Amino acid sequence: MSTDPIILEMRSITKEFPGVKALSNVSLTVRAGEIHAICGENGAGKSTLMKVLSGVYPYGTYSGDIVYQGEVMHFKDIRSSEAAGIAIIHQELALIPELSITENIFLGNEPTRWGAIDWITAKKTALDLLARVGLRDDPDTLIKNIGVGKQQLVEIAKALNKSVKVLILDEPTAALNEADSQHLLDLIRGLKGKGISSIMISHKLNEIEQVADSITIIRDGLTIETLDVVADGVNEDRIIRGMVGRSLESRFPDRTPHIGDVFFEVRNWNVQHPQVAERMVVKNSSLTVRKGEIVGIAGLMGAGRTELAMSIFGRSYGNFLSGTMFKDGKEIQLRNVAEAIDHGLAYVSEDRKALGLNLLDDIKRSIVSAKLTKISAGPVVNDSKEYAIAESYRTSLRIKTPSVDAGVNKLSGGNQQKVVLAKWMFTDPDLLILDEPTRGIDVGAKYEIYGIIQQLAAQGKGVILISSELPELLGLADRIYTVFEGAITDCIPAETADPETLMKSMTSARKKVQSI
Amino acid sequence: MSAETSPRGGLRDLKKIFGGGSSNVRQFGILFSLIAIILLFQFLTNGLTLSSGNLINLVSQYSYILILAIGMVMVIIAGHIDLSVGSIAAFAGIVVATAMQEWNLPWPLAILLGLVVGALIGAWQGFWVAYIGVPAFIVTLAGMLIWRGGNQVIGNANTVPVPDGFTVIGSGYLPEVGPFTGYNNLTLLLGLVIAAAVVLVEWRARRVQKIMGSDPAPLWVSILKVVLLDAVVIYATVLFAGGRAGTSFPVSGIILGVLVLFYSFITRNTIFGRHVYAVGGNKLAAELSGVKSRRVNFLVMMNMSILASLAGMIFVARSVASGPQDGLSWELDAIAAVFIGGAAVSGGIGTVTGSIVGGLVMAVLNNGLQLLGVGADRVQIIKGLVLLIAVGVDVWNKSQGRPSLIGFLTRKSKTGEFPSEPPAVIPTSGTPDSARPSDNPS
Repeated sequence: MSTDPIILEMRSITKEFPGVKALSNVSLTVRAGEIHAICGENGAGKSTLMKVLSGVYPYGTYSGDIVYQGEVMHFKDIRSSEAAGIAIIHQELALIPELSITENIFLGNEPTRWGAIDWITAKKTALDLLARVGLRDDPDTLIKNIGVGKQQLVEIAKALNKSVKVLILDEPTAALNEADSQHLLDLIRGLKGKGISSIMISHKLNEIEQVADSITIIRDGLTIETLDVVADGVNEDRIIRGMVGRSLESRFPDRTPHIGDVFFEVRNWNVQHPQVAERMVVKNSSLTVRKGEIVGIAGLMGAGRTELAMSIFGRSYGNFLSGTMFKDGKEIQLRNVAEAIDHGLAYVSEDRKALGLNLLDDIKRSIVSAKLTKISAGPVVNDSKEYAIAESYRTSLRIKTPSVDAGVNKLSGGNQQKVVLAKWMFTDPDLLILDEPTRGIDVGAKYEIYGIIQQLAAQGKGVILISSELPELLGLADRIYTVFEGAITDCIPAETADPETLMKSMTSARKKVQSI
Repeated sequence: MSAETSPRGGLRDLKKIFGGGSSNVRQFGILFSLIAIILLFQFLTNGLTLSSGNLINLVSQYSYILILAIGMVMVIIAGHIDLSVGSIAAFAGIVVATAMQEWNLPWPLAILLGLVVGALIGAWQGFWVAYIGVPAFIVTLAGMLIWRGGNQVIGNANTVPVPDGFTVIGSGYLPEVGPFTGYNNLTLLLGLVIAAAVVLVEWRARRVQKIMGSDPAPLWVSILKVVLLDAVVIYATVLFAGGRAGTSFPVSGIILGVLVLFYSFITRNTIFGRHVYAVGGNKLAAELSGVKSRRVNFLVMMNMSILASLAGMIFVARSVASGPQDGLSWELDAIAAVFIGGAAVSGGIGTVTGSIVGGLVMAVLNNGLQLLGVGADRVQIIKGLVLLIAVGVDVWNKSQGRPSLIGFLTRKSKTGEFPSEPPAVIPTSGTPDSARPSDNPS
């Protein structure tokens, strides 16, 4: 272990949300001038921890102490943590596209003279800061006119302007290409030389291995271990073991799969980002689904899982470039969602509130909303049929509500998800794509939803299950595809899959897909 | 969880009299406001408000605003706004008037022409809104200028008279038929039909509820509801039928009534209606459910323009001529009616009947103040305040997790009875997204 003085210590931080313990007794020690990586699966609690540190969750909403430069801190918001010298750079950049680099650097912190903004000082300082982060653009350039990589540098410049001592970077390279990532990592190393500590959250383990001095691994809201990269001889495998190393409890209903023939297939699927044409979000991906099979898709956030799924579902994401799709032996073209539904596809979105439900609507209307024609005579919806159908799903899926007339906004997350599942089951799909179907749902409801998924498979439907939780994939899927940077990197039968091999394929483009 | 412990017993049943489930408590409140305003003016004007002449006048004077409100509520539910309706009304009016004067077009064909003009204008505006993606505010702001100017170009900024036959849609009444009874027989018949329909509808609703196994309100509630409604219907019928000789229920009122029934049905019972709510409530979710949101937006905008041209024609028929100032600031009256009637600015919420009640609130207010001799300047101030307060109370209540002022009052009284009721909406609306664990994957 290095002997540099400890600059920051988070002691037994516990943070609870209604019904969920996001962090439980998490501790973190950061030394002056080190790069400290925080690793963990999606949902492990990394971002929550950083939000506690930066004052997004103010003092009093968590228990435990933040000791910074020897003092217990009581941050009440981001401003107070910034004033102390802790700055956070979020995954989604907080820059204003229509303002210039200078204006963004000094936003909320403008140098003034006689009450007016002193643009001369601002620009001079901006030039200074830009030189420190290695950005040679004119400080009057608008943010929207520079790339994401440079924007990231502007964010850092903004933090440096606040004489930061601890810099928190949440997935700093997630949206960057190789060269920009490298530049950013070099910069972080350079800052370390000037005594600035960085806390870095990243899914890219090779980068962590490359720059981090120590690594804290968080799993399920608990600190698992803190590793010293040099002393402990850490490599990617070691980190992965820490991230996933847990036993699979029996949290899945029993099931004997009855798998039929391949009935759905996607070949060489290519999709562009909807705005940035040069960015490929799905690269030459192929997959097959058999009747009665649960096919898992594993990938880290931003790997392109959702993009793949939505582009299959009636091209509802991105610009479709090329690829073919077959169902029941025939080639099909799904140009919009209505056609996808007609061909027996269903997509349950990962974002229940934004994409899955109309929160203003009631339960019965939500359940029938994706296939109104099924209960209509011509253009007229039959209310009593609607009610009867909603009632039957309420019973069969055990949706906890006093009445199907109740608004969906009054349901808990798990019950909302059941409504969404009911909505898609009502469309009689042959293939259900379930994107993070248990996100934000408590354990009991998860078990029920697992049961529903297995039932659907037992009825001979194909299920594509996208999940960030590896245990969920291992517990449910018959076969798992791994996705990395928009491409399918592997296809592993469930019997031979384990968290380590999955995580390897999810973090690198190692293998070609085996044909099956 | 809140519905589980929703108020039981008399209070809820009482609400059911006016269809008040949890979803339309707001309308319940605005309906009571309407009744209160009518009674207030009835008192202040010494009975003039509910006199035959005034009631007939009220209907024919405000029917076109209410027709606009029907289209406007659909536009607003879909998440848009239409500022051009007044200008479209004026444009359609001048086209129709000119066609009848210059080409001697028979008036039924002229009405058809007016509707076609409305449809074409609507298609134009709908195209920009739905397929190009220009915000409806901008498209219809442009339309407001374009069609107003168009009116003045076609009419040379002059007034164009319309023939007698045409005026029936604006100033016509149900004709006198049958034996002399001292009342207008057709109006009496219409009243009877409506009164019978009220009974029939309630009876059917109870039957459907029974079939579906949901527990209907106690019988006394239904009976009370039917008796109350029919009392209002019969009272109104007698007033409308017993007016000055030659007057009775206005034709424009009948057109309005048919439209209200038709569009209530469209919005509540058809796939298209569902799609309008879905697009306004959550466009992305609607699209991922297979709703063709562009087509919905196009049709909603187009429909608004057709209704605007109809309103314009009724107005022209009533004033026996089309002029350059027709329809001035109608859009504001229509929009106000819709929002007083419970629609949400952000879309997804609103009803046709609510908007009609909202429009009637404005109409009665306007009419009552005029009867009292309040100047137009002050009437405007009062109308502005009413709009602000009605929506303000609604917004404030929503931020407090309560449905409406009436909801608030009834809630207070029941907290004693049901102390266990949890705050219904607060947990979801009060929690910032950033604080939801589910949305914070690291």
